[in-house]
Amino acid sequence: MDRITRVWVYLAETPLLWLALTVGVFWVAQQIYRNARGFALLNPVLVSIIVLVALLMLTDTPYHDYFDGAQFIHFLLGPATVALAVPLAGQAAELRRAWLPIAAALSAGSLTAIVSAMAVGWAVGLTPETLLSMLPKSVTTPIAMGVADEVGGLPSLTAVLVILTGITGAVIGIPLLRVLGLRDPLAKGFAMGVAAHGIGTARAFEHSERAGAFSGLGMGLNGALTAVLVPLLVWLLGF
Amino acid sequence: MIGSLAALLAFQLAGEILVRLTGLPLPGPVLGMLLLFVALLARGRTPPVFAETTRGLLAYLGLLFVPAGVGIISHLDRVAGEWLGIAVTLLASTALALVATAFTLRYMLRRQGE
Repeated sequence: MDRITRVWVYLAETPLLWLALTVGVFWVAQQIYRNARGFALLNPVLVSIIVLVALLMLTDTPYHDYFDGAQFIHFLLGPATVALAVPLAGQAAELRRAWLPIAAALSAGSLTAIVSAMAVGWAVGLTPETLLSMLPKSVTTPIAMGVADEVGGLPSLTAVLVILTGITGAVIGIPLLRVLGLRDPLAKGFAMGVAAHGIGTARAFEHSERAGAFSGLGMGLNGALTAVLVPLLVWLLGF
Repeated sequence: MIGSLAALLAFQLAGEILVRLTGLPLPGPVLGMLLLFVALLARGRTPPVFAETTRGLLAYLGLLFVPAGVGIISHLDRVAGEWLGIAVTLLASTALALVATAFTLRYMLRRQGE
């Protein structure tokens, strides 16, 4: 066996290669994004996923082998979600003052996210499994997968649709709300969290700490509400 | 820093255990976030080291979604077959949800301010 083959055999067997590549590719994608002054379509999550999917296809690596390495990063989602309480606690005074507007906006946003996905998805003729997998798309992956399973969607497809929704929200969110004349960082951030969960929240933190804090709040609250609303609406509307 | 990490993991663990004990329809980390939020309010202030560690972790929140996102590779056939419908639905629904949330909040905040 020559040296290069030996190196490849070693790399293919350890989680190190894909762990290093995931972090490295994201770092490069973030540098590009910064140099492009935050050009929305160069969103580092989007670019990293495209590059890594291409690398997996080129090297004929199954997703399972990739995830063996990347799971160490995936695991940190848990502690990072818990950590969202810290910026939120910094906004406690505002939260106390604005709890009623927040509750109203949460209800409006959560219902709109689910019902509009039902209506548009039905109108464009999505297959039933895709449509059902789509309904919890605005909430964080673990909740969305559980909800999809409950209503007869495909949880692993839901995970993908959730990420695509987050990227969509991160890319269009701030420019869309700016064009519509919305300035308030509280409203912008909260909407990003309700519509586009953690990826929207990552984008909101780039905007400001205040927007990020309320985005984290929107993400957490909508996760809880969607878990109740999707099964209820599917039952009521007879999907 | 290691103390902060231990605290985050402890709250996540508490969330996971409570979710399983109560059957709440929430993921453990989200409940852990709510518990930590209550604990920080009860304490009155966030220790500076803790604030610094969490800021470091949240600065790279996007990276943490990449491994799950690469999972699209397992669904390329379905996504390729329905790509237009999926794209239209995601785009329209996400835009509507953003607008509905942000403008309801602004309207209610202004009404409250009057």
